[in-house]
Amino acid sequence: MPGEVISGKALSGEAMPDIATSDPAASGAVPPAVLEAIGLTKRFGALVANDHVSLAIRAGETHALLGENGAGKSTLVKMMCGLLQADSGELRFAGEPITFPDPAASRAKGIGVVFQHFALFDALTVVENVALGLPGREPLAALAARIEDCVGRYGLEVEPHRRVGELSVGERQRVEIVRCLLGDPRVLILDEPTSVLTPDESESLFRTVDLLTAEGRAVLFISHKLDEVRRLCQRATVLRGGKFIAEVDPRRESSASLARLMVGAEVPRTPRVATHELGEPRLLIKNLTLKGDGSRGSALHAINLEIRAGEIVGIAGVAGNGQTTLFEALSGERRGEDAEAIVIDRTPAGALGPTERRALKAGFVPEERLGHAAAPDMRLSDNVLLTTHGDGRIVRHGVVRHSVLNAMFADIVKRFDVRFGGKDPKARRLSGGNLQKFVIGREVLREPVLLVVDQPTWGVDAAAAGFIRTTLRRKAAEGCAVLVISQDLDELLEFTDRIAVMSEGRLTQPVPVEETSREAIGLAMGGAHGAPAQEDADAA
Amino acid sequence: MPLKLERQENVPLAGLVAAPFVALAFTLIVGAAMFLAMGHDPIEAFRIYFIEPLGDAYTLQELVVKTCPLLLIGVGLAFCYRANRWNIGAEGQYVAGALLGSWLALATHGTGAGPWVLPAMLVLGALGGAAYGLIPALLRVRFGASEILTSLMLVYVAELFLDYLVRGPWRDPAGFNFPQSVTFDAVATMPLLLDEGRLHGGIVIALIVVVAATFVLGRTLVGFSIELGGSAPRAAAFAGFDEKRVTYGVFAVSGALAGLAGIIEVAGPIGNMQPSISPGYGFTAIIAAMLGRLHPVGILVSSFVLALTYIGGEAAQISLRMPFDVTRVFQGTLLIAILAADVLVRYRIRRVEGVRHA
Repeated sequence: MPGEVISGKALSGEAMPDIATSDPAASGAVPPAVLEAIGLTKRFGALVANDHVSLAIRAGETHALLGENGAGKSTLVKMMCGLLQADSGELRFAGEPITFPDPAASRAKGIGVVFQHFALFDALTVVENVALGLPGREPLAALAARIEDCVGRYGLEVEPHRRVGELSVGERQRVEIVRCLLGDPRVLILDEPTSVLTPDESESLFRTVDLLTAEGRAVLFISHKLDEVRRLCQRATVLRGGKFIAEVDPRRESSASLARLMVGAEVPRTPRVATHELGEPRLLIKNLTLKGDGSRGSALHAINLEIRAGEIVGIAGVAGNGQTTLFEALSGERRGEDAEAIVIDRTPAGALGPTERRALKAGFVPEERLGHAAAPDMRLSDNVLLTTHGDGRIVRHGVVRHSVLNAMFADIVKRFDVRFGGKDPKARRLSGGNLQKFVIGREVLREPVLLVVDQPTWGVDAAAAGFIRTTLRRKAAEGCAVLVISQDLDELLEFTDRIAVMSEGRLTQPVPVEETSREAIGLAMGGAHGAPAQEDADAA
Repeated sequence: MPLKLERQENVPLAGLVAAPFVALAFTLIVGAAMFLAMGHDPIEAFRIYFIEPLGDAYTLQELVVKTCPLLLIGVGLAFCYRANRWNIGAEGQYVAGALLGSWLALATHGTGAGPWVLPAMLVLGALGGAAYGLIPALLRVRFGASEILTSLMLVYVAELFLDYLVRGPWRDPAGFNFPQSVTFDAVATMPLLLDEGRLHGGIVIALIVVVAATFVLGRTLVGFSIELGGSAPRAAAFAGFDEKRVTYGVFAVSGALAGLAGIIEVAGPIGNMQPSISPGYGFTAIIAAMLGRLHPVGILVSSFVLALTYIGGEAAQISLRMPFDVTRVFQGTLLIAILAADVLVRYRIRRVEGVRHA
């Protein structure tokens, strides 16, 4: 395994021998805490998001923050960087009590945060984006030199003069990291950083993190991927239900034992269903070609795919390679000229709008939950209407029957275990996992024959993710055709039947999961198309 | 030290409800300062402005007469504003409706036409307003032109066209060269509700519109698609609602109601066509819509409040010799106050430290 040769400790050992002994079992000495939360409590109305939570991030260590969605991770991080104020408890920086009235104050103390959603301007270059975030005026040339220096030191591979709009998600993340590093932070907080990366990119991020901790910086690493946490982190704090559960050494734990701590019970693996008979084709994509529209979504080039009743097909790929365009082409939000390019359940659907496609019993779950799958400022019950208004039950003669709507809403909430505060909050108030369960439930209860799901478990906790995968698996077993677009390769390998790879608007032919490997898919994701290579071989 | 507005995650309902009242209170304080500066006792001025009109039957009727156009236009604007389409040109659509409806009144003048004239005028008025409202909608959908600018500019086009007609082709030959048309026939005039005063059937139409709009906006799929389109356009497209159709729809409704208000006003209290058929109803209705929280019933209340500023303004002109512009100042202050109150409820102001950040 090439990954183990360059594991974290080997590198840090070379760079800084004194830190290499940070393993408490080896030396007995625990490095000092740089940033420490002691008994932080934060309430939102009746909900206690953090209940006396403590966490110590130590110099030269990578510390994992683990917990389900709604466990209070985001609240804790927001309090530690000044976005939120704790109701009680104490924050200590280098041993001294401190308060951060706003993020600028925490930044001044050397706490850098890379959030899941980047704050970059597409139209500007890397160096311009970085300059915007820095105090004072610095000549761009000097700044570019500083970026180059930082890039070289930490192996981040960012070109200062490229426009951000041209960068891949992984590159954008590196820009955000560089921006933080230019402030010479003592603590770097990474919020689910690997959820948007290819396996290769994740590996290089880990090398960067190891270099940072070798310099004595502290890193807080938030992730759901337990294997990564075990590989990268020396310490892990587990939260559950807003409470501190345990601080453990993840290297001494198994993924299963960590999951148990997070969830408080055994986590079911998605059962691999015994192969069942496949039915007729539910989705046929024939030579689907669409132009890109510049700002959002790249072009599609002659996409071909067939999905039959009872199977789950996964589309792997790094974000920004046409997946969003493909999703919108399937949902009917974007239409091409060729009605035959998309056939849903034997009906040519290329020219049909979203409502007409839903009438063919197709269901769609977009990647973005807020603003696309759901209207953030509308109540959750009203959000049921988004995809069900054409079904003929809730809306009769143009009038919304609220009793039926509320019954449907209650049904989704109950059967998909959607948790929230209050009776019927705005969609914005739900945690990511709960909103996703709602959005999936809304489609599943429509009894679709075709389900297209973009990023089913993006930013969703382990328990909810398991639930969602099991649900999709069950739908497939019931005869639904399922298409899953995901950047999480492990997820696709775990629960799909066939996998295709999307890269630069092209789609490879799907391959049965048993006949492929992480490496082969990873290569295709990076643009080295496996399928064309095969074609070449066939031609020769 | 720079200030920054931050969106609040949990907007308290009480704040949203209280905002219009706080805005009203603020407007009164500004008004009191204005009266003081003009050398009047604010208490006395307020009494003349806001209390006296409520005390006598004639002015109460006038209050309702002024409420009627504000209410009709305001409810129409609520359709646009809920969909995040900013129709600022209701004044122009009001004039366009009045023009098309009046054309029928003038064409049938003195022909002894039957009682079908008035209903036909109302329909034409609504059609005229709707057609005029569809122009900015078309410009937006086709060319991406800002409806705020186009709808506003079209107001002046309509007003100048009206001016041309009443000074030219439509001028009453027996009218001593005054720029106005003949007085409409009885069949082309809104029926009065009471024997004395000017209270006419328009308010009945307006109340029916309030009920219908409440139902459409609150209970139907059309209302839902308008709300969704305004709140989350991408989710609306995902739900299968056509953004263009919603844009055309809300401008048509808004224009139709403004046009209806125009023809009712001309066929009611005014009785003929003149260069000036509106004391700015189309603009004041924007305030009514915002103050009424874009809800038809709320707009019913706010239209009444704004009608009071018109009537009070007239009274203050007579008894305090204050210029009519005072009314404009009141209305303008109220709009700014309600917009500011909304921002302060939805956002909180924070001081930003010297360090800039992304």
